[in-house]
Amino acid sequence: MKLQISSRLAIFAVLELTAREDRQLSVAEIGEKFGVSSHHLAKVMHVMGRAGLVRSIRGAGGGYQFAGNARRTTLLDVAQLFEDLSSVEQRTGAIDATPEGQTLNGVLNEIDDIARATLGSITIATMRKLIDRRETGRAWPRKPSPRTSGTSRTPKSRAITLFREPN
Amino acid sequence: MDYWATQTAVNTLAKHTNAEATEINAAVQVRRVQAADIPYVITLDTRVTRLAKAEYWNDVFRRYGEQRRHERFFLVAENPEDRADSRLLGFIIGEIRAWEFGSAPCGWVFALSVEPKMRLHGIGSALLEAISGEFKKAGVGKMRTMVARDGRLPLLFFRSEGMIAGPYIQLEKDLD
Repeated sequence: MKLQISSRLAIFAVLELTAREDRQLSVAEIGEKFGVSSHHLAKVMHVMGRAGLVRSIRGAGGGYQFAGNARRTTLLDVAQLFEDLSSVEQRTGAIDATPEGQTLNGVLNEIDDIARATLGSITIATMRKLIDRRETGRAWPRKPSPRTSGTSRTPKSRAITLFREPN
Repeated sequence: MDYWATQTAVNTLAKHTNAEATEINAAVQVRRVQAADIPYVITLDTRVTRLAKAEYWNDVFRRYGEQRRHERFFLVAENPEDRADSRLLGFIIGEIRAWEFGSAPCGWVFALSVEPKMRLHGIGSALLEAISGEFKKAGVGKMRTMVARDGRLPLLFFRSEGMIAGPYIQLEKDLD
């Protein structure tokens, strides 16, 4: 499966923005990281801005910030801003009406379904974990331990007790 | 997977911040299921799936809660500090299966449900971590599950836990 260049740029940009949530990044900074033209990237950022995925901060030190939910925004959410991945490609030629064409389309539809499900199952947060693992060579990073309420004195590291046999 | 909670579709592309729901207000304890838990399992499952199946869950308890416990794991999560109010936060069920589909022994997770009000609080992660530990202690190094292609939330969850597509493709056929 191939994604269009705009989709790939958008995903790279979102990943970069979520890696540096403490500050805004300009189009030039993001473009420099991935070696792509600011002109094309600016158009991509504009589309994502209209979709509410990023917000633009004006003024000195301004730039773009990620405005979505990294734990809910998937690769499919980003990519389908730039290409139609929501439905099976239209195959309406005369050959598609033949039994051979219909059967082949059934196979191609299976592939499309799996590709869409895969893109729709990976969030930006999950991508960041995968990248972190690739960069550091570490095992799958653990989530921060769930915390007790502010009034509890339970140490954070003991907030979850795994598999204690019943008394 | 023969059971998955029906989940409300989530369309929160840009509606929430990343700080959403990362806190938890309760400690979580994961332990083996007991007979007294089954009514709570049935209640949770009925509320989530809108399909009461008490007989099924009683049978699952007999098979996975009481038999062959060295390779079958029916675990529940609870808040030990607040048992009266929130008796059961979720449950997970799995077992070690060997040589089926040509596979070396591996752990299969076939049910996972978390109290809807307590989702995004790490309870599913705690349950999955607990059953992973049991699988490892039992000597297997691989864990598998199966998720509906349109099961967005379960897919997101398992992916976020590091699970990736495995080497098998599931096939099916309508029986005329």
